[in-house]
Amino acid sequence: MTDFTMQADADGVAVITWDVKAKSMNVLTREAFALVEELLDAALADPEVKGIVIASGKSTFAGGMDLNTLATIRDEAGDDPAQALYDFTMNGHRILRKLERAGLDPKTNKGGKPIACAIPGTCAGIGTEIALACHRRIMADDPKARIGLPEILVGIFPGGGGTTRYSRMVGAMQAAPVLLEGKMLAPKAAKSAQLIDEVVAPEDLLARAKEWVLSATDADIVKPWDQKGWKMPGGAPYHPAGFMTFVGASAMINGKTKGVYPAAKALLSAVYEGALVDFDTALRIETRWFVSVLMNPSSSAMIRSLFLNKEALEKGANRPAVPDQRVAKLGVLGAGMMGAGIAYVAANAGIEVVLIDAAQDAAGRGKAHAESLLDKGMKRGKVTPEKKAEVLGRIHATTDHAALAGCDLIVEAVFEDVGVKAEVTKMVLSVVGPDCIFATNTSTLPITELAKASDSPEHFIGIHFFSPVDKMALVEIIKGAKTGDRAVAKALDFVRQIRKTPIVVNDARFFYANRCIIPYINEGIRMVAEGVAPALIENAAKLVGMPLGPLQLTDETSLDLGAKIAKATKAAMGAAYDDTVDPVIFGMVDAGRLGRKSNAGFYAYDESGKRLGLWDGLADHYPLAADQPELVEVQHRLLFAQVLEAVRALEEGVLTDIREGDVGAILGWGFAPWSGGPFSWLDILGTPYAAERCDQLQAAYGDRFACPALLREMADKGQSFYGRFGAGVDSKAA
Amino acid sequence: MTEAYIYDAIRTPRGKGRKDGALHEVTAARLSAVTLNAIKDRNNLDGHAVEDVIWGNVTQVMEQGGCLARTAVLASELDQRIPGLAINRFCASGMEAVNLAANQVRGGAGSAYIAGGVEMMGRVAMGSDGAAIAVDPSIAMDTYFVPQGISADIIATEYGFSRDDADALAVESQNRAARAWAEGRFDKSVIPVRDINGLTILDRDEYLRPGTDMQSLGALKPAFKEMGEMMPGFDQIALMKYPHLEKIEHIHHAGNSSGIVDGAAALLIGNAEFGAAYGLKPRARIKATAKIGTDPTIMLTGPVPATEKILKDSGMSISDIDLFEVNEAFSSVVLRFLQAFDVDHGKVNVNGGAIAMGHPLGATGAMIIGTLLDELERTGKGTGLATLCVASGMGAATIIERV
Repeated sequence: MTDFTMQADADGVAVITWDVKAKSMNVLTREAFALVEELLDAALADPEVKGIVIASGKSTFAGGMDLNTLATIRDEAGDDPAQALYDFTMNGHRILRKLERAGLDPKTNKGGKPIACAIPGTCAGIGTEIALACHRRIMADDPKARIGLPEILVGIFPGGGGTTRYSRMVGAMQAAPVLLEGKMLAPKAAKSAQLIDEVVAPEDLLARAKEWVLSATDADIVKPWDQKGWKMPGGAPYHPAGFMTFVGASAMINGKTKGVYPAAKALLSAVYEGALVDFDTALRIETRWFVSVLMNPSSSAMIRSLFLNKEALEKGANRPAVPDQRVAKLGVLGAGMMGAGIAYVAANAGIEVVLIDAAQDAAGRGKAHAESLLDKGMKRGKVTPEKKAEVLGRIHATTDHAALAGCDLIVEAVFEDVGVKAEVTKMVLSVVGPDCIFATNTSTLPITELAKASDSPEHFIGIHFFSPVDKMALVEIIKGAKTGDRAVAKALDFVRQIRKTPIVVNDARFFYANRCIIPYINEGIRMVAEGVAPALIENAAKLVGMPLGPLQLTDETSLDLGAKIAKATKAAMGAAYDDTVDPVIFGMVDAGRLGRKSNAGFYAYDESGKRLGLWDGLADHYPLAADQPELVEVQHRLLFAQVLEAVRALEEGVLTDIREGDVGAILGWGFAPWSGGPFSWLDILGTPYAAERCDQLQAAYGDRFACPALLREMADKGQSFYGRFGAGVDSKAA
Repeated sequence: MTEAYIYDAIRTPRGKGRKDGALHEVTAARLSAVTLNAIKDRNNLDGHAVEDVIWGNVTQVMEQGGCLARTAVLASELDQRIPGLAINRFCASGMEAVNLAANQVRGGAGSAYIAGGVEMMGRVAMGSDGAAIAVDPSIAMDTYFVPQGISADIIATEYGFSRDDADALAVESQNRAARAWAEGRFDKSVIPVRDINGLTILDRDEYLRPGTDMQSLGALKPAFKEMGEMMPGFDQIALMKYPHLEKIEHIHHAGNSSGIVDGAAALLIGNAEFGAAYGLKPRARIKATAKIGTDPTIMLTGPVPATEKILKDSGMSISDIDLFEVNEAFSSVVLRFLQAFDVDHGKVNVNGGAIAMGHPLGATGAMIIGTLLDELERTGKGTGLATLCVASGMGAATIIERV
């Protein structure tokens, strides 16, 4: 264990250097925490040591806690995981408190050794919490570096004293962006947020830290909360100003999280309850709330999907073992919204792009889309003029197919028609040759069918982007019947280059994402037809963590698209097609209510396109039923419609990895992130209960809720999805 | 069972609860003492005449803290052997004091009580005693806490009351209160507040706005729209609890909500033997009392279930009640009561209410029982029901019957 080493200098400063050799970024383990204490004890006891600097051996300071550590502690604790997590966390507080007190006499606040934290670069999570326990935080002036406490973003909250310390430093109101939104700040912003005290030139970092340590007095190192008469900045909860802050914060957090994210409530509770007592009691309170979050299945599921499995997929968990397939030159066919978006993200990632359209002005418009996105970035100070020029310089907008020569990947994003696509495919392959991987961005057409246009279908694949391309993090890679490993690796390496998250699925109608979204939308529309209050449908969806209610989502994607999908599905399925929702969709389309694009849909809009509220004419066509369903019933219909489709996709082999099913659902269509995804949600419910609910929903609403055989079998055996399908460490992560 | 009778019911005039209000100079203990002394003097009480003083008060901090009931007894001319119990059931505190006193008498624990309450809203700010239900995040979130104004607007939205409905009720309250004062209907009960030298500080309600009409009210902006729709966005919380609603209609404002005022009220409650001993004639019997909890988010619908419960408990029906006092905390509270029981507005709050005259939180519950009794006597009617909505989702009710 050499994660931390200590060197005492002749000038009396002991430098404790954090450098986890096996990792590119420092993360804290249980063992390393114990080592910190050993070194600290030694330095505090050594009369030659006047002060301590905690530094990093890397260009960054720390990434945070090793999340597997917490999972391991919990899983190894047997019957009493809460106690084990509590003890572990309290031990951490004890060590950091020792560091913070640094030998100060409890009565006189005299005789301590100054401790500074020298932060060379990015610093997050427990790294920031260690820094907050120090007496001075000095950060190198690296504009790319970020410091913060992003725990809330993966469903937990800063439980290493960061919540208590930072809220006491700046007050509840000011602490909110850092604690409740998990904002990571650049050095200068971090200084104004008081996360750090000083920003210095990188080369001066250590010297300045030592200088501070040697000049600091006892008065400089006593934390405000360890002094008599300390008051919470901005007002404690029952101070008039604090009162308003806390009342407002609860409402804002509750409204924003819709009550489904336990971490935000726990964090705020720790701040509130902590603010009413002394610092050490506050740490104990913070720990109790922290443990409650770690014990909450939602938090575990979120960490598993949004952190561990997302990262595993990005790093190529399902990549075939073929050599590096990174893209050097990309051809994008079709400069519409999707093609232009794909060209932009690729060029932004340093890839040369040939953007082709039939007309030069169309191709030019595609490039202009990239320019407008770069301009937006410049306005926000995220893009420099040089960067803009560089990125635009990589996009060659043209009508000339000959320019595609030398491309190693083609992404086709032309009109959704088998014939049109086949023609384009053939023409382009004749230029780029059979070894070039050819991808289609279709969202609806079967890949195997489209691959017929190629003489080398093993090099043909689906790469399905979501709109808007620059914002949506998921890319759905679809293997046709004959798609080969190199094509899959190519697609995965490309997605990694553009820093998005891939899932790989097999070819079937609507692939994975759309296959699950369509039943969600349809279930919402069915309920309208049944006379369920539209507001209840929409609110029920949002209260279970869906970003948009099904009716708003329909308006956004447009009702004529819905009608088109309905017609195509009916044609493909024949007698098996369930046409319950068609009258509603076709009726709306006939009335010209196509959704947002026509300023009229399930919602009403003003002339500028601002959504006003649910269309009051809906009740004329679909009068409200006298008996309205319970909220949970509506929510279960909306969620089961999606998750049963996910289970069927797994059953049918469209999905081959439940991690992809979960991560893809959250990133692709915003499926209730608090749940960790469809499979995680079924695990939280428990498969026996889920199967029972299927039976009830089927009896009440029809066979679309019939329990899939796989789920039934798992329910009978008492299995969970992650127990049965989860891969290795991922299944028990966090 | 022993009967509990009302022997006397008085109140101070209600002063505007702000710096330019007449009672702003008076301490809570002093106003309480003035009220207690009036009960003592009007009924010739002497020595250890009553078992206890049960005193309702909501914001029990600073001058209203430290068991104000006992402080008030000691500041008054009552015998020091009479103790004092400070109680808080928010807006029903004054009523709860009366109900507790009545039920103690009925149960045989003492022969008489003084029950009432006080609130100096201009001196001790509402909410300054804190409230975990609003501030403690885990409780506030779990109970979907919203401030009362939002709750009143939820009632309006859920039960379909418009801004015009609410304003019309407010105009009627003003008109009725003005008429009641003009005709001297409060003369029997309102005691003047005098200073230490005997000079009158206030002898009439001063919050009324005679001449209020739909047009003047129409000019007022909704008071709770911003906190509902913008910062911090309480409507979102309301919709989480009432997801079948699409949005909250904000119809309440200062003109159709109860006024912030200073004031106190007290009743003398006792059994038959007490009356005989002091030569007092019972004016009414306290027939039944009730309290109930309701959904804390919509919060202010309590008068409906409290009334249902008190009627059921006493084997009565709504048609047995001749007159009602339903505290005008907000227009929608009264509108909901009228709607739920389909009672004639002509029987409800016939002399106006808190919209016109103000709502001194800890005292109002006692005040409206007194007002109800006076009106029953004036009109020769027999049975009256008083009820209030209560913060955090409660309701309280009292039925009195003239004897």
